[in-house]
Amino acid sequence: MKSRIGKTALSRGEEYITCEEVITHLLDYLSRELAPVEEREFERHLEICPSCVGYLKSYLQTVRLGRIAMQNELQGPPPELAPELVHAILSSR
Amino acid sequence: MRIEEAEFDEQELLAKLRAGDDRAYERLVAEHGGRMLAVARRMLRNEEEARDAVQEAFLLAFRGLARFEGQSRLGTWLHRIVVNAALMKMRHRRSRPEESIEPLLPTFHADGHSTIEFGQWQELPDERLLRGELAELVRSSIDRLPESHRTVLLLRDVEELDTAEAAELLGVSANAVKIRLHRARQALRTMLDPALKRGRA
Repeated sequence: MKSRIGKTALSRGEEYITCEEVITHLLDYLSRELAPVEEREFERHLEICPSCVGYLKSYLQTVRLGRIAMQNELQGPPPELAPELVHAILSSR
Repeated sequence: MRIEEAEFDEQELLAKLRAGDDRAYERLVAEHGGRMLAVARRMLRNEEEARDAVQEAFLLAFRGLARFEGQSRLGTWLHRIVVNAALMKMRHRRSRPEESIEPLLPTFHADGHSTIEFGQWQELPDERLLRGELAELVRSSIDRLPESHRTVLLLRDVEELDTAEAAELLGVSANAVKIRLHRARQALRTMLDPALKRGRA
């Protein structure tokens, strides 16, 4: 697997990948597509960065909200097809 | 759903459809049509186009019955067909120049630090509350996404297609789907942030 994460910065004398790297590669991280070493670097960053943790959580909430809000329209009985539409469909056989 | 409907065997329905049984065709439309209309509506946001997409989807399905191999459920197969019919309608719309999604994406300083501090969001309300104001905000925000990004978000996060399926239907690479999905989610997150961040007055 090719390395995706490059940019690092020093924080309290230690080297960490940057917020930009974390947010850019969030989808790769969540889909478990990072190499193990990259995943570890990703998690090291999250341990010291509440802002990125906040971003990650709200990103996941966004995905869930999008799904629920759109699929909501499907909850309850599905809409009925108008009789004319059913007729048109059946006569197109 | 009545018991006899629940017990109706899909293989039996399929055999009757292939034999040209009128009642079987009526049953297929009655059982799946409503759900297909809901999918077409949420993708197209236009009642007339949604109805046309459902009609076209059934036409394609009727023609394709002989090739349906029964490896997926009929409902799953019909879902893919109506998604594709809706996508074709979207392609034929007069295309407006797309607004850039960039202003809705996070920005960074030269050292890689985010230009703003991301806070926590409020705990999500009970799913029932989503029928109200917040659900409408989410839907209208999704509508505001540039079309190429909105489409990917709908296919992946709402219709729950995988990356490869979405890429195939859209005729783009898997990587393009991933990039657009990530940007679409980020942009939607930015739009929802003012309403959901903690400590909001």
